[in-house]
Amino acid sequence: MDLTAPSLTVDGAAARSAGRIGWYPAAVGVVIVAVLLGVMIGPAGPASWRVPLAVLDHLPLISIDSGVTAAEWNIIWEVRMPRVVLAGIVGSMLSLAGASYQGVFRNPLVDPYLLGAAAGAGLGATIVFTVARSSTADWPVDPAPAMAFVFALGTVALTYVVGAAFGGTKSGVTLVLAGVAMVSLTTAIQTFLLQRHSEVVREVYSWILGRLSSASWADVRMVSPYVIGSSIVLLLHRRHLDLLRIGDDEAAALGAPVARVRLVVVTAATLGTAAVVAVSGLIGFVGIVVPHMVRLIAGSSYRQLLPLTIAFGAAFLILADIPGRVLTDPAETPIGVVTALLGAPFFIVLLRTRQVAR
Amino acid sequence: MSSIELRDVSVRYGRREVVHAFTESVRSGEWLGLIGPNGAGKSSLLRAIVGIVEFGGEIAVDGTSLALRSRSRRAALVAYVPQEPLMPDDMTGFEYVLLGRAPYVGYFGSETKHDRSMAAAVLERLDLETFADRRLATLSGGERQRFVIARALATEAPVLLLDEPTSALDIGHQQQALELVSRLQNDHGLTVISAMHDLTLAGMYSDRLALLHEGSVVARGTAADVLRAETLAEFYGVRVSVHHEPDGTVIVVPRREGAIT
Repeated sequence: MDLTAPSLTVDGAAARSAGRIGWYPAAVGVVIVAVLLGVMIGPAGPASWRVPLAVLDHLPLISIDSGVTAAEWNIIWEVRMPRVVLAGIVGSMLSLAGASYQGVFRNPLVDPYLLGAAAGAGLGATIVFTVARSSTADWPVDPAPAMAFVFALGTVALTYVVGAAFGGTKSGVTLVLAGVAMVSLTTAIQTFLLQRHSEVVREVYSWILGRLSSASWADVRMVSPYVIGSSIVLLLHRRHLDLLRIGDDEAAALGAPVARVRLVVVTAATLGTAAVVAVSGLIGFVGIVVPHMVRLIAGSSYRQLLPLTIAFGAAFLILADIPGRVLTDPAETPIGVVTALLGAPFFIVLLRTRQVAR
Repeated sequence: MSSIELRDVSVRYGRREVVHAFTESVRSGEWLGLIGPNGAGKSSLLRAIVGIVEFGGEIAVDGTSLALRSRSRRAALVAYVPQEPLMPDDMTGFEYVLLGRAPYVGYFGSETKHDRSMAAAVLERLDLETFADRRLATLSGGERQRFVIARALATEAPVLLLDEPTSALDIGHQQQALELVSRLQNDHGLTVISAMHDLTLAGMYSDRLALLHEGSVVARGTAADVLRAETLAEFYGVRVSVHHEPDGTVIVVPRREGAIT
């Protein structure tokens, strides 16, 4: 076939691709605002308006008298900043992994915990707190996150093996069903352990339900390699996720290695999810609500969706983390509770505006 | 532009063989119509050619076995219009057609300007430019079908496989879609293999027909050879009358009276 394109339609195509770029500056702006609010607001520390000045003062080549003392700067830099950065990392990873899972399984209701990452992490941590406390006491690393990470990966790996054994990885459906079975199994074991060690139930739950409050730069350093690696791999598969939207068969007919793409994307998304779950606990809802928000505002092509979920996921969790640390005293509200309380109504409003707009 | 040969092609799902030793040679620019009752193996055969089910035997395009080709190369040779294409609601028409360029895009690559202009050119050729930015959910059945064909054409594959391309369309849109394929066949020398239920339409557009029954070819030849009342009675279990128009068109009309014995 000799199909020559008239220049008019080429311009149209170029305009089409340019129209979507407008969201990237907005995304960056939202993240900057969220980070600033995140470091400005907190129960102790300097007056909020001084914080941006202090941050500017610490940038190279800039000197401003912010009136913030060294002790106050310490609160900003060692307490608030790592927490904001970790919230950003966790939020963007969960959103990105959620969007990728949704793409790979062609199911908008899927979250990054689908194949057992969260349930596995919960079981791993529970084992540490219940039966393995003394035997892990002399570990060089904090045993709970380490075990959570290993169990999260192990559970998803088992899901994949079971799914592949009974249905082949060609069908996402078998994999999802295998995930349901593995989640039930791990949850059952966890419940059994908790019942026999009811004295640690509270401890286990506060570990599981989100722990951004104790965030440190060490946590950030620990998760960063996994999150960066996972994000790069996922971003490189954006086009494949768009191809999978038209179905496994048609994607394969267009030359896509469907089973391999699914394995790579699930592996990368799981690795990143397991890492953030290990440091932050189970923060629900982010992995579903953020990708959908982005779809509603910027369309559902994965090429825009994945980069935008990184930004909006970070902003979402940074902002969601703010009310929890201000409102409740003495104990903080778990971040997972806040994400659901804030996210659900916001999401409903978004859905409604979208309906009206149609 | 390209011929396709199938030698002893068999397809099995588990223990059940659904296509037995299918052998056929389709010349460049020829339209082969596969007909046969439900479950005869038409779709399975097409799926084997496009490489989404395992098969035995050999399938060659222009003399080179598809088994020796890479996935992308095969996709650039054989385009496929499935029976029930999955068309994401939120995808725009242009995005959908652009996916047809996938065979030419590297694993980590993205579509080039050339790919985008090819997709735009296909849309123009099929008079679909006005729908390019519309979401697929907002299109009518006939428009959607043309977009599926556009996506297949965007691959620039010389062989086009159509699985029940018109089963969801009304009679006017059926004709439109088939006329479109026929025009492309004539203008660009596309080699077409279609599976169709409507026998009259199948006979009208195909150069040759192959009647499949339980995985085997039981009749082949021109429409006049294959579409005979006793043949159709035997393999479809229907009672039909067959009319021959002066221009050579064969019309198959189901008849109502009497039970089938």
